[in-house]
Amino acid sequence: MPIIATQGLTMRFPRVTALDDLTVSVEHGVVGLVGANGAGKSTLIKILLGLLPPSAGTASVLGLDIARDGLRIREQVGFMPEYECLPPDVSATEFVVHMARMCGLPPTAARERAADTLRHVGLYEERYRPIGGYSTGMRQRVKLAQALVHDPKLVFLDEPTNGLDPAGRDEMLDLIRRIGTEFGISVLVSSHLLGELERVCDHVVIVDAGRLLRSQAVAAYTEVSGSLTVEVDEGRDELGRRLYDEGVVVRPEGRFLIIDIAGEDTYDRVRDGVAELGLRLIRMEQRRHHIEEVFAVDPAADPPPSVPPGPPAPPGQAGPSVERGTGR
Amino acid sequence: MSMSTIHDIGYRHYDGKRLGRAYTVRSLFVHNLRAAYGIGRPARAKVMPFLLGALMLLPAAGSVAIFAFSKEESALIRYSSYTSILQVVIAIFVATQAPVLASRELRFHVVPLYFSRPVGHLDFVLAKFAAMAVALLALMATPITLLYVGGLVSKAPDPADQLLRFLGALVGCVLFALVLAAIGLVVAAFTPRRGFGVAAVIAVYMLSSTFVGIIQGLAESQTNFALAGWAGLFAPFNLVDIVQVRLLGAKSTSVSIAPGLQGGVVALAVCALLVAGSIAVLYRRFRKAGLS
Repeated sequence: MPIIATQGLTMRFPRVTALDDLTVSVEHGVVGLVGANGAGKSTLIKILLGLLPPSAGTASVLGLDIARDGLRIREQVGFMPEYECLPPDVSATEFVVHMARMCGLPPTAARERAADTLRHVGLYEERYRPIGGYSTGMRQRVKLAQALVHDPKLVFLDEPTNGLDPAGRDEMLDLIRRIGTEFGISVLVSSHLLGELERVCDHVVIVDAGRLLRSQAVAAYTEVSGSLTVEVDEGRDELGRRLYDEGVVVRPEGRFLIIDIAGEDTYDRVRDGVAELGLRLIRMEQRRHHIEEVFAVDPAADPPPSVPPGPPAPPGQAGPSVERGTGR
Repeated sequence: MSMSTIHDIGYRHYDGKRLGRAYTVRSLFVHNLRAAYGIGRPARAKVMPFLLGALMLLPAAGSVAIFAFSKEESALIRYSSYTSILQVVIAIFVATQAPVLASRELRFHVVPLYFSRPVGHLDFVLAKFAAMAVALLALMATPITLLYVGGLVSKAPDPADQLLRFLGALVGCVLFALVLAAIGLVVAAFTPRRGFGVAAVIAVYMLSSTFVGIIQGLAESQTNFALAGWAGLFAPFNLVDIVQVRLLGAKSTSVSIAPGLQGGVVALAVCALLVAGSIAVLYRRFRKAGLS
């Protein structure tokens, strides 16, 4: 059974169409919802919570119809909004206990679950202090805790990495991955950054201007490609020239060389070339596709955008995709 | 993260009881009632409500003490007048605490978290309204109860009549609480910034009582006592006092009281309208906030 299924979902506001005939269906797991700001992500989440009736179309969440069973859906899901939603003058414990009770948890259970959940999201002693004094990272954790405290079957996380520094972002992404795997709770996580979602999601849904661009398992986006990334300390060009002379298809990209794998002997040629030129080899790895590449190659997308829709890939991974030609 | 602690037993699912709507509404009511007195919030949030609560008790305690010594019956403040006499204190309580209930969760965008849970819009508003009304009732009924019990202990004459007047005053307090909660919450819900909320509630109280006072003064100087009485409908404390005098048999505290039984009935109808209108307006306000 799909956890979320929409059928021709359309949402028109007086001045904009937020969702345009969206038909998509996703299974249990961590699902990414990607789109630029204003692509309709938050609107979709509100509709799925049963808070906003769509202009047209139907949808079901956990097998329940959004129009008829809104209340039963809200009993079984959690929601973390993208905006600030915490009162500053109460402690995280007090707030999360209250939110647990709002889901019908009896007082004792609410207190236990709140303590457990806050520990799971990584808030310890500070949870007794008023929220007003928290850092952005801690606030995001409290927002996440209130969405999880009643042990939902599915959580909607709207832009959970917004405003976090790189370290906080990594921790939040790890946490999201754990919610999906270790906790066994399905996750719908929205972001405008494709790169970060491919790390944690099983499935990615891409929306653009309210229309479905693509819905696919992450494995399919990021399957191994037929090229090799090679990084050497110095002498990139010498190595490139030598390999080119040997008939290898090679092109520079940033500090790397991208080499088409013609067969087993390609690896040998790289090894020999590096050894004979006396270069220091830092890295040689088989390249994977990035989800972002769908924007460049998808026929449904607009003609090649001059500004890449995705962010630059995180450091430590191969550079941006070849097709966009950002290499030197 | 928490994997570093030895005692981590991993995530546990909750398969205990999930209580229904009555429990949620009750929890919401208790939460808001506590918030109205600053309980569960830092110490400085408790200062104002408890200070005002003490101010409310002071005259009652003094009155009982004087009566106990002098046995002078006039030293006991009349139950039904107590609220009107201390109306400034009560108005300040409404002004400082109504924004806590009505606009704090709007200002910090907490409202959508309720409506993404199994909490109904009307239940949410009714719980808030009831909490504000009960907070006010506690503020007003406690000193009156102190007066009654103090009088009883120090043997005030005619206990049967005392009890009747005390019960009448309690009914009056309920009405005061409902009307003041209605006005305070609506005004606060439309002024999300806290300082403005306090100022707005005070302004509504001051302007209404000042204007009504002016009109009553003018009307009485022209010996138009009926007009002066009816004008009382437009000031909250005077409005409820009309009901107390005309329907509950209390003695008048306000300058003018609308005439006859019909005056009381109209005043009661105005109170009911205020309460119903306030709930309707709050319902729409919070419903809209739940979607932003």
